[in-house]
Amino acid sequence: MREVVALLVDGIIYSSWLFIIALGLTLIYGVMKILNMAHGSLYALGAYVAATLVGYWLGHGYAPLASYGMLALAAVIVGLVAGPLLERGLLRFMYGRDEVVLLLVTYALFLILEDVAKLIWGVEPYYISEPYGMLGNLDFAGLTYPVYNLVLIAVSVIAGVALASVLRYTHHGKLLSAVIHDREISLAMGINVARFYLVTFTIGTMLAAIGGALTAPTVSVVPGMGVQVIVLAFAVVVVGGLGSLPGAALGALIVGLVRSAAVHYKPEVELFSIYAVMALVLIFRPKGLFAAAEVRKI
Amino acid sequence: MKRPDATQLALIAALIAFLVLGLLLPKWLFLLTLSLGKGLVVLGLMLLLRTGLVSFGQGLFYCLGAYAVGSLGQFFVIKDALLLLLTGVAIGALVALLLGFLMAKYRDIFFAMLSLAFSMILYGLLVKSAALGSTDGFNVPPPTLFGSPVGGAAHQYALFALACVMVFVAALVLHAYFETPLGRLSPAIRDNEIRVEYMGASVRQAIHVKYVIAGALAGLGGALTAMTVGHIDPDLAYWTTSGEFVFVAILSGTGSVIAPFLGSVVFEVIRTYAYQYSPNTWQLVVGGALLLVIIFLPSGLWSVFGYLRRRGSA
Repeated sequence: MREVVALLVDGIIYSSWLFIIALGLTLIYGVMKILNMAHGSLYALGAYVAATLVGYWLGHGYAPLASYGMLALAAVIVGLVAGPLLERGLLRFMYGRDEVVLLLVTYALFLILEDVAKLIWGVEPYYISEPYGMLGNLDFAGLTYPVYNLVLIAVSVIAGVALASVLRYTHHGKLLSAVIHDREISLAMGINVARFYLVTFTIGTMLAAIGGALTAPTVSVVPGMGVQVIVLAFAVVVVGGLGSLPGAALGALIVGLVRSAAVHYKPEVELFSIYAVMALVLIFRPKGLFAAAEVRKI
Repeated sequence: MKRPDATQLALIAALIAFLVLGLLLPKWLFLLTLSLGKGLVVLGLMLLLRTGLVSFGQGLFYCLGAYAVGSLGQFFVIKDALLLLLTGVAIGALVALLLGFLMAKYRDIFFAMLSLAFSMILYGLLVKSAALGSTDGFNVPPPTLFGSPVGGAAHQYALFALACVMVFVAALVLHAYFETPLGRLSPAIRDNEIRVEYMGASVRQAIHVKYVIAGALAGLGGALTAMTVGHIDPDLAYWTTSGEFVFVAILSGTGSVIAPFLGSVVFEVIRTYAYQYSPNTWQLVVGGALLLVIIFLPSGLWSVFGYLRRRGSA
């Protein structure tokens, strides 16, 4: 019994982490039809900026609790700087080209950003474990969990609910749905599509950076930390259906629970299991579990 | 007998030039052999690109070819280079044949994603298989050709010559294939596959065949790489390895069967020097180059030759 609870709790914690990252990826794909390979690098940037800010904050002896604010600030900074820079500076010249070309463009961005991070922060690892331990531990069903994990779960739920509500209930959200369904008609109706693209990409970047910033206290921030995240996030959004918010949530839950089950019962198949699930879903539901049917175009 | 065309003549000239060059530049042998091996993978990828498909998982076959050579040498003491290379081809082709039944149904990013998933599955398996050395991989014993050793520091030229011949044959065969009806379907499928179906050709079958050829070439490339480097590890199947192949394929363009090898040699040389002098910025250079090629040379480096030729004749 305890083992099952532990498995579920671990799975949910991991799923929350996956969901935050996959949310940005699926949002960008849903609106802009860009499968962003640079997403993992933006995640890494978030982690690096968070490490720098928290290090500075604690180094100057300011209130340790406010270091959580630094994590959020890091995500906002990365989102507001990298998002518009990449979208306005490069991606907007590529709209209308093949999805595969855009995939390659973001692959180039991934290569560039990996080295930009090395140039700015060097290759030495950064540690900021204080925010992780500061909240203490929580006993649950006979097992001890750091309270920090609750923060992770809370942030992922809030991010998902907030994004879904904005899309569904606000004026801008409805306009965005129009842009998703038909870019050309939306333009004709007077919607500023370019601005929606800019805002979407910035929010997507911010979500990647939040994922990175929240992860920074739990690991050592090193070059290449985004490389594995990209394929994991791909697995999640592909399982759920590219461009679908409920899909990303379901995909994150499936991948998270599968991995947690693998880690508990058969650790040697951990990586294998994640990609096996991805391949299986692609085989039986090529467009993912939550994909809408598409009209065939000649 | 038909007169050889420009590409065939260029291939023969390149074969002779490379064999002589190899004698003159012994220090470059390792690098050249390695880039020829990787060029074979890119050649297969180019075949898929011509059809409008991008595989982010050629590392799967590349790794399988390499591990086939390694395992045969390590566990069965089979050392004959030709036999090993054939095994690499066979395993690449066989696995591609099986996966092809699925892959042929997919297009665009779904093709890219599924191929990526398969290569990551192999990576996940290899990383955890202790018998095959987990993340460290293992060393490949130097092979022999007709009883005499090839590869290693002393016999590098023999392996290089073997690689040259393999590349020569593969390029000739693919060049001939491009001119067959099945080969000519590639650009047609890329442009409009529904019309190809209306004309009575099976798109799935055509893609399946191309996928098998690409798998076989990647298996051969992996086998050659294993012999050249003398060591194999699971990173051969990691998605960044496959991404590198995609990069070289885009850089080279799909204009000619020679392009992938040109692109591969250029890439390996640049990377070796860039890595030596500036280990922290070489990816930046590579990424920047990829962007420039996508924006300014959408048909790859090879299109520069066509441009020059057109200007010369005008």
